Order: sequence, then C-alpha cells, then structure tokens
Amino acid sequence: MALLQIAEPGQSDVPHQRRLAVGIDLGTTNSLVAAVRSGEATVLADASGARSVPSVVSYRAAASDGSSNGGDRRPLVGRAAEARASDAPLDTVRSAKRLMGKGLDDVASSWLSDHYRFDPSGSVPAFVTAAGPRTAIEVSAAILGELKSTAEASLGGELVGAVVTVPAYFDDAQRQATKDAAALAGLPVLRLLNEPTAAAVAYGLDGAAEGEAVGGGIGDDSDERGSRRADRTAGRTVVVYDLGGGTFDVSLLRLERGVFEVLATAGDTALGGDDMDNLLVERMLADLELEALPDAAARARAKRVAREAKEALSVAPDFTLDWIVDGERRVSSVLTRETFERLVTPLVERTLAPCRQVLRDAGVAREEIDAVVMVGGSTRVPLVRERVAAFFGREVLTDINPDEVVAIGAAIQADVLAGNRGGDADLLLLDVTPLSLGLETMGGLVERIVPRNTTIPVARGQEFTTYRDGQTALAVHVVQGERELVADCRSLARFELRGIPPRVAGAARVQVLFQVDADGLLTVSALERESGTVASVDVKPSYGLADGEIEAMLRASMEHAPEDMRARALAERRVEAGRALEAIVSALAADGDEHLDATERAVIEELAAGVRAALEGDDRDAIDTAIEALEQGSETFVERRMNASVRRLMAGREISEVEETLEPRATASAARADAD
Amino acid sequence: MQVDLTADHFTLFGLERGFALEPADLTARYRELQQLLHPDRFAAASEAERRWSVQAAGRVNDAYTTLKAPLRRAVYLLSLSGVDIDEESDTRMDPEFLMEQMELREGLEAAGEADDPRAALAPLNERLRTMAETAQGRFGEALAAKDLDAARTEARQWQFVDKLRREAASLEARLDA
Repeated sequence: MALLQIAEPGQSDVPHQRRLAVGIDLGTTNSLVAAVRSGEATVLADASGARSVPSVVSYRAAASDGSSNGGDRRPLVGRAAEARASDAPLDTVRSAKRLMGKGLDDVASSWLSDHYRFDPSGSVPAFVTAAGPRTAIEVSAAILGELKSTAEASLGGELVGAVVTVPAYFDDAQRQATKDAAALAGLPVLRLLNEPTAAAVAYGLDGAAEGEAVGGGIGDDSDERGSRRADRTAGRTVVVYDLGGGTFDVSLLRLERGVFEVLATAGDTALGGDDMDNLLVERMLADLELEALPDAAARARAKRVAREAKEALSVAPDFTLDWIVDGERRVSSVLTRETFERLVTPLVERTLAPCRQVLRDAGVAREEIDAVVMVGGSTRVPLVRERVAAFFGREVLTDINPDEVVAIGAAIQADVLAGNRGGDADLLLLDVTPLSLGLETMGGLVERIVPRNTTIPVARGQEFTTYRDGQTALAVHVVQGERELVADCRSLARFELRGIPPRVAGAARVQVLFQVDADGLLTVSALERESGTVASVDVKPSYGLADGEIEAMLRASMEHAPEDMRARALAERRVEAGRALEAIVSALAADGDEHLDATERAVIEELAAGVRAALEGDDRDAIDTAIEALEQGSETFVERRMNASVRRLMAGREISEVEETLEPRATASAARADAD
Repeated sequence: MQVDLTADHFTLFGLERGFALEPADLTARYRELQQLLHPDRFAAASEAERRWSVQAAGRVNDAYTTLKAPLRRAVYLLSLSGVDIDEESDTRMDPEFLMEQMELREGLEAAGEADDPRAALAPLNERLRTMAETAQGRFGEALAAKDLDAARTEARQWQFVDKLRREAASLEARLDA
C-alpha cells in the first residue's frame, strides 16, 4: 500500500533481513519471552532449556574490594535467584510487579511489607537489599535484561525491540513504570500490550472453529492465509479470563477479519494466585495455632509449600503438606482438594463481579459470547474453570498453555510491529483505556475527561480559566478511577501551567489536552488560546519516577557499565540517527518540492546536516539532541505528506492543496455527553 | 469518497450527513480507516510519523464514538447546524416533562432502597427505554422536517432520559458488585 511505502525508508536497508523482535510476558510469578520464527510463534528457552524465568531477583552485597555496585555483582535472576530464597529471603525479591507504579501507602497495605524491608526515602519505594535500595522498576529491569539476553542468544542477533505485556487493568503509573523498567534494561518497547488482548491474538479466535485453537502461529504462506481469511465471514465475540499470579483481568473483544477490538475490560490488579497461596498459609498457621511465623525464612518456606499444594491439587485429590516451621519443628498434614476449594471460593467469586461489569459495559448479553478463553497459571485450578464455565454457560477454552499464551500473542504482535510482514499484515489491535481519566475540580470532585473503555488512541480537551485577576498559573491534579470524589480515585500526577498572560479573572482560556497513546499512556499538554502560548507543563507523577530520574538511573548504570555496554548504547544511537536521516532524505526526494517552499526545505536540510555532524563525533547525547531536533523540525512536513497520501489512497482523485494540522474536535456538549 | 481528517465526522467516514445511518456501514468504514492510520501500522516508522498516527487514529476514534451512539450523533448534528444544545439563553423546558422527570428520579431512589431493588428497577428501566426510543424517533422527524427548534427540544429531553438511564445502570452495577 502506498502509505506503507512512505514508511519503508525508515526500515531495514536489506529488505529480506528480518528485524528481530520479541514478545515478553513480564509476569508476577513467571516471565517468558517468545518470538516468531519460520512463521510460527514459539517461546524461547534459555541455555538450560527452561522456557520460563521465575520473576525472582536476588541481590548480593558489593564485592569487598570496594568496587561500585551494578557492574561487578549483578543480581541473580530466575532459578539461580530462587535458590537463594531460603538463605537470603530479604534479598530475594519476588512479585515485584505488585509494586510497580505504587507508593509507600500501598506498600504498607500489601502483604509484601511482611516479607521485605522497604526504604521510603526515594521518590518511589524501594526494597532494602544487600546491594542497596532497589525499586520495583529496577527489579523488573533485571528480569527484562535476562529475557533480552536469552532472546538474543536464541535468535542470534540484536533485538530491535519488544512488545511487553501488562495487565489490561494496569493504571497509567503502573504502565509507565513498566516502560521505565524496559528503558533501564536497554530494551526498546514496540508496544505495551494488554495481556488478555495478547491471549486473544494467540488463540487467533478470529475465524477459528469452536474449541479448535489456532495454536500460536500464523503461517507465512499468504495463499494459505488468504484461504483461511476467506472463511472468516462472521465476527466473533470473545471473553478472555486472565487470572495470573498477582493480577486479574477480564476483557470482552469483538474479532472480525484480523481486527481485534476490545469492547470492555475490567479486573483487579491485586488479585491472583498469590492470594490463594496466602489464604492457604493463613490456614496452615491456624491449624498450627500460630499467630505468625518466626522469621522471613519460615514465611518463604510456608509460601512455597502452599504454592506446591495448590498446583498439586489441580491434578490430585489430596496433597501432603510437609515443611519445617522452625528449628526442629516439622509439620506433615494432608490437605484435600475440597478443603482447598472451600478456602479459595470467596476469591474466585470476587472475579465474577468484573465479569458482570464487562458484559454490562460492552452492552453484550452472556448468550452472545462465542468463546471464553482461560489465561494464566491460576486458571488451572479446577474450581476456577468450573465457576467461570457455569457463569458464562459454556465450556471454557484451555488449549494453549495458559502460562505461555500471553507471550505467544505478544510475539505475533511484535512480528507485525517490527515490520516483518510488509504491507500484508492486517492484524490490528484496537484496545481501550481501562479506567476513567479526569481532573480535580472544586470541592474535591472529579471531572471525567476520558471515560473508561474508550478506544485508544484518544485525545480529549477541556477548557479552564483563571479565578483571580492577574493569575498566571493553574494547578491541575490528574486522577484515574470511577469514583466521584478525588480522594477515592488514584492520583496520577500534579502539574502547574505557568506562563499564562496576566488578565482579569475568567479572561484566559486554557485548553488542557489529554492524550492517551496506543500503549495506554497519558500525556497532558496545554495551550492558552487567547495569546496562543503553550503554557509550560511540569508533570510530577504521584507514583513514579519524574522525567529526569530514569535518565539519571540510566546514566548511573552506564557509568559503572563495562566499556562494551557504553559502546553498544552509542552504536544504537548511530543506527537510529541513520534511520532518521534515510527517512528524511527519501521523503525530501519523493515530494519535498510539493509540500515545502525553499525556506522550509532549507531548514530541514540544515537539521539533517546537524545529525550528520553529530554522527562524526562520539557523544551519544549530541546525537540524541540532533535527532530530536530533526524530528521536531520535520513534523509539519511529515503531516503534509501523510495527509496527502491518505487522500491519494482513498480518493483516487487529484491532490488538493495542503491541509492544516489536526485539531482536537471535542465540542463542549459532545464532551459532556461522553463523560459517562 | 475523500478522506479529510479536518472535516466533520460524516465527511471523514464518507457518510451522508443525517440522523439515519447504517451501523454496519459505519463500523466497516471505521475499521478501514484504522487499518490505514493506527499506530500499529507505524511502529517501525519515524518518530514524527508515529506522532501523526496517534493524532489521526485518535481523531477517527473520536468521530466513531460520536457517530455510533444515537444521542451523541443527535447532539453532534445539531452542533453542525450551529445549535448548541446546552446554551444558557433558552432553558425553558416543558413543565409536564420536568414533573415526569422528577417522579422518575424519585422512583429511582425508591428502587434503590426497596427490598428487591432489581424487581423495582425493571419496570422503571422499561419505561425509560421507551421514552428514549420515542425521543429518538421524534428527533429524527424534527430534523428531517428541518425544524431545528423542535429537534433541539427533543434532544434536550432525550438527554434527561439518558442521564436517568445511566444512573439506573450505575445502581445496577452497585447491586452486582
């Protein structure tokens, strides 16, 4: 298609060379990496053949010779980390995903505070470890780094990027934290993909017969795809029930001809298999008539045996709990499946409320559902399958390994986004923002700007004005959630709009624009309409790293990094610069004359020269700055080209004159009607 | 059929401007546009192209949301004709209609406190549904007859009913949770 030909200059020089991209399931308990190879999506195993990495990171004290941390004593990840759990329980961090995008208050109310020590002094809470304080972001980065190494070893080359999955119900802070972790691990993120959507892609339920899963791969043969596509006449309405280690999501999607459209999503980001384990541990303590366990090591042992019991009872009617409580005291008792099921029933019931909610939000009746897919290790528990099947009145699909299905789906999307499928790919994922976004208004109320389940990307505007004469700044508080009071919603960020020209109260017209991108991340911009000035916006995230902080972390890790890591980072920038130059040069050659006058063209050419000049040196930051300047300076040119090519494609008529730039079009009343 | 991202929603979707529309046509057109413009198609492109794509796809989503729901479409159509449904200057509403709304609202509150709220809500929901349908029909007629004043009145009444329906739905959500 003509449109994609415009994009092609930015792609690889060698047309037949595949761009290596992977899908990553960064789970609470286990993480996986998968990629499409020879037309099939497969999970990548590490050198020892393991297909998953436990989401566990164990930290060790810095070497005694006083060398700095980071480079020399890298943390252990996965099984190696788990091996240290008994000896160093406080330094062996699990379930860090629970703390992504969270603050100290959240830590205090989480069961994690019983298992670990926390350092409250930084902007985000950090685990206190032998290697120093480590935030959940850094822990996740360690896991991502491990997966990246495995993938590159397995695929035999450098990755261009990854699709990283997140629970659909993750809020903005949790998503941003995930992106920050990837940045820290040096892993470019092609997309943050919602886990249930990824699972739907893996099942390829679009067109598959009932119960017959299109296991994990989309064939390379376009004829075969074409004939399969011909079978897909009707669309299907599908529910994905995803109960993982620490999070629960349920999504309702409509699948039709390669388009996966999420109609509604709901869930609980603090509900999962972990909680089943905790319930069992509580029961174990009660049976022993103990208030609490003696130490962290004992707690770790108890949790492990609880997890083993849960898994065993999925296939056997009973299990013998055999574990050491303390010192010499060893316990052995039999737990039946019945007892376990009675224990976890309230938890399973809790998952049905979001199921009711998605049906309601999507305006779909239970009878209209064509398939229900089970995702996440915890869906192996027979009780879960029974209750969900009973609720939806149909058998649930469990064909694809529930532990791997998310990574598989992410790998398929990664393959598409990396551009490996050229112009043929018609896989399109239309996802939604799971929680309403709004602003604090007078009296501590929430004014909803973007309602939940709005298809993304989305841009909505809201106009504000000043209350006092001469006021030059506005304080804005952004929140996420469904409640009416700000206090009951999740605070995302606060910022000040400064630089408003001083006038009488009510004269200023400040347009605040909320934009949610395809990753589900919010950016806020502001424009003062009367004067046309863009007010400066300094966003202070409520539960995350501020703009400079992740940079600082990266720089810190760079400083201690071995020489080759720094060289690699520089090489990456060079490649990026090369691509940007290639893209602009081709674009100018193709229709520079059509869309630019002499002056405009000269400006862009000078910016391109700036990039070339930066490439002659070794300064990574200089290259970055030059690329950014070129991108910004050629923005208008790109818009004109895009508008023209879209017109050309759809109209089949001759191109009319240059169009103006886009403007958000939400009228006041339409916005009000939307604020649901 | 032209694609103009700065034009009104109907033009963007290549649909005739009017209240009646075929949902299947709208959805088909929406998907066609997103297949072209969505950020998924630009993941390997330059930063500027990606930024453009986010805006363009957002624009299309906005238009789709507005045109898909009958009430939003109605309000939008009025705005295209220069009629702002919420304009302060003219807030007259039929007193009988307002009385009815108050009764319905009280009925809703009572249902929430009833012994069997769901049973109490059922007839209320049905009545609201019928009222919305009537308002929708009358709006369509008024618009077709190019009577903007009548269309505006119908739309405003429809908005009241819609608000009550949403409140009933919230109540049901609370009961379900």
